[in-house]
Amino acid sequence: MSLLIRGARVVDPASGRDAPGEVAIAAGRIVERLERPARVIDGHGLVLAPALIDLSARLREPGDEYKARLESELEAAVAGGVASLACPPDTDPPLDEPGLVDMLRRRARALSRARVYPVGALTVKLAGEQLTEMVELAAAGCVAFSQANAPLRDTQVLWRAMQYAATFGFPVWLRAEDAWLAAGGVAHDGEVATRLGLPGVPDFAETIALATALTLARATGVRLHVCRLSSAAAVDLVRAAKREGLTVSCDVAVHHLHLSDADIGDFDANCRLEPPLRSARDREALAAALADGTIDCVVSDHTPVDEDRKQLPFGEAEPGASALELLLPLVLRWAAERGLSLAEALARATSGPARVLGVEAGRIAPGAPADLVLFDPQEKWRVTREALRSQGKNTPFLGHELTGRVRATLVAGNVVYEAR
Amino acid sequence: MIALPDAEALLPGLAEALCARIGPRSAMIGLYTGGAWLAERLHAMLGLAEPLGLMDIAFYRDDYAQQGLKHDPKRTRIPFSVEGRDLLLVDDVLYTGRTVRAAMNELFDYGRPRSIALVVLADRGGRQLPICAQVVGAEVVVPETKRLRLKRDADGRLRFELEDAA
Amino acid sequence: MRPDLQLDAEGRLRHLLSIEGLPREVIERILATAESFAGVTERDIKKVPLLRGKSVFNLFFEPSTRTRTTFEIAAKRLSADVINLNIAASSQAKGESLLDTVANLSAMQADIFVVRHASSGAPYLIARHVKPHEHVINAGDGRHAHPTQGLLDLYTIRHYKGDFSPLVVAIVGDLAHSRVARSLIHGLTTLGTGEVRAIGPQTLLPTGLQALGVRVFHDIRTGLRDADVIVMLRLQNERMSGALLPSAQEYFMSYGLTAERLALAKPDAIVMHPGPMNRGVEIDSAVADGPHSVILPQVTFGIAVRMAVMSIVAGGA
Repeated sequence: MSLLIRGARVVDPASGRDAPGEVAIAAGRIVERLERPARVIDGHGLVLAPALIDLSARLREPGDEYKARLESELEAAVAGGVASLACPPDTDPPLDEPGLVDMLRRRARALSRARVYPVGALTVKLAGEQLTEMVELAAAGCVAFSQANAPLRDTQVLWRAMQYAATFGFPVWLRAEDAWLAAGGVAHDGEVATRLGLPGVPDFAETIALATALTLARATGVRLHVCRLSSAAAVDLVRAAKREGLTVSCDVAVHHLHLSDADIGDFDANCRLEPPLRSARDREALAAALADGTIDCVVSDHTPVDEDRKQLPFGEAEPGASALELLLPLVLRWAAERGLSLAEALARATSGPARVLGVEAGRIAPGAPADLVLFDPQEKWRVTREALRSQGKNTPFLGHELTGRVRATLVAGNVVYEAR
Repeated sequence: MIALPDAEALLPGLAEALCARIGPRSAMIGLYTGGAWLAERLHAMLGLAEPLGLMDIAFYRDDYAQQGLKHDPKRTRIPFSVEGRDLLLVDDVLYTGRTVRAAMNELFDYGRPRSIALVVLADRGGRQLPICAQVVGAEVVVPETKRLRLKRDADGRLRFELEDAA
Repeated sequence: MRPDLQLDAEGRLRHLLSIEGLPREVIERILATAESFAGVTERDIKKVPLLRGKSVFNLFFEPSTRTRTTFEIAAKRLSADVINLNIAASSQAKGESLLDTVANLSAMQADIFVVRHASSGAPYLIARHVKPHEHVINAGDGRHAHPTQGLLDLYTIRHYKGDFSPLVVAIVGDLAHSRVARSLIHGLTTLGTGEVRAIGPQTLLPTGLQALGVRVFHDIRTGLRDADVIVMLRLQNERMSGALLPSAQEYFMSYGLTAERLALAKPDAIVMHPGPMNRGVEIDSAVADGPHSVILPQVTFGIAVRMAVMSIVAGGA
């Protein structure tokens, strides 16, 4: 269907454009102009930008099919302005077989909401011992290979996995954490964990593993993407690696831009995250690094968790936060705090992740896929259970007021979400 | 304006009335806080052999469920055996009678006295329980909205004061 | 400012979850009330009718005979009915969630839950879900807090030493895993203690002790010099595995409290221990039984302190 969106403030991070204008869509792509649009959308007072690209959102399928998770979580994605998302391989069973990947992509395509890019398991069952059939998995649609939050203790296996992936040009996405140093830890090893009597994960659990991963990436030439940076020290390591010319990209989870271990308060299990929320100093370093580009993208790391897995003592609660619908307003809040322009800020959630994923979307230009989000940057709304479409109501921001709300989301030129 | 009795002036008369009641088994116990001050003065004036006992009824009050423990309780110290005693229970003001009820319950957890006589400096009527005093300094009429309190100055002199009931 | 879960809108103590967050006046009030209860223990009828008709449920998810027994004695001295629940053996084993267990007990008209749990923060979860007339007393949660122990330690120190401001208090041993130490540190700093010291090997001292107001020592001789109060912590067998310590003997060599090391403290220093003691591991028998030791009085004070805590939280609807 042909569509015209007029009167909006058009922001295209890839080109830096930020001006009022109109955007025409035909046959699923952005076009120069349209003779007779079938539909006109009025964007006055709103911002029109490329739809968000989220490099980490858990859909809980395979695993929770009986709960209609894929339906609700993809609904949440487009309600949050996310048109493309990569889902980690830690499903149940993990994405280590082409058949599972294929089924997931089919199911997602049939729902016609957001585009789903599965990330395949790097090792069989994510157990860290045996390589997966990466070529077959890539043929089935995997865009990269990862261990999600499962440890890979054997550095020999890690080396071989990177070599194998590099052979075929497959990217490897890793969260850097030394499993021995992190063992048993549920919070950042610092003053807050000491006061609360919680076993801690020291920040050098991240930097030691990161140094290992960067060294192996250098040796193998693999395209490495480091997931969920959590500490100032890790930021320094990445900055140094990039300066010496290493091809490495990295992301940060949106919660780590806004929260620190102090937000755990009286053992709020909604703040039980992996990696853990670290100190205020670490938070500041992450927010600054995303602003100056050392960190390439921000992700939601959406992890819906049922209430009864969160209503437990902090250390026993399942880690993760529901975040797809909060990504946009939290990115806007970060941008306001750092004094960044809308284009610069949105780049971290659009053109930046597009580059990492290697997809066409994430920009507004003739010929580009019409994946767009129309949002009101001033609209305030309260995060309530009812307001969230995701089945995961586990967010530290429950009850909080956020600014920035999606009015419409388009994927391949189709309006897949429209606010009532 | 209600005319309050002169506490100091009442003491000699009270001591004289008590003299007649003192025997070989007598012992005195004052109730915190006003009753304790009064008992200290009377105990000295009467030159009693047994040391003075001081009691806090915080743990025996009947309003715990509504009010909780209202203030820091003092420590009850009864430095003699209660068993078989003729006790002189001393309090400053007798009103509803609930304080005395609590005091007697507490006393019986210490042992079985032979007798208990209640000594008060002021009786303001308004009893809610069947309690009466054997020795009274003065009767005072106090409106329901006020509380009659005994105060002790820096130099140890006792006087009555009216306060608004909370 | 997030309201403290322990205090009600009028600032009265509704639950006792941790000494951290308690205003000084509340701590002072508990200690003063405990003082009056000490008198009750000395009479023939060691009971007062304060909690008559109330039910105290001992919810011990972590086994403990000592602490449970003192809570039971304290509750009975307040004339309360006591029900002991050894959860480890029953519902948890059947997979019942913590909140479901509490909800079931609540349906049986409980007034006070005394909770001990292996996970830090468990009593907070419970306190957020109990009914308005129900009260939670933390009897120890993971490594986080053991507030009644902290209070009885404060009571003991006040009993023997009076004013806290000139005191040097040294806590020796495995602070990293100790809820007793954490509670005591919070109590000592709130009451304005002169200096709080931690003595132990790096492996047993947690990160960020200085931020809690504690001076760290790795040498026991320097740490004990001129101390007024020495609190010895129990060293658990598990610490010998997990690469924290090589052996009990080596620990005693460097950190055991011997008479010779005790002599470095003030001549009238007192020695405390939350118990149970490992003789010959953290403390020499001669010291444990010697004139400086107040370890047994601590136990007696513990009953009065727990009576005070229960009567303060349960009072007033």
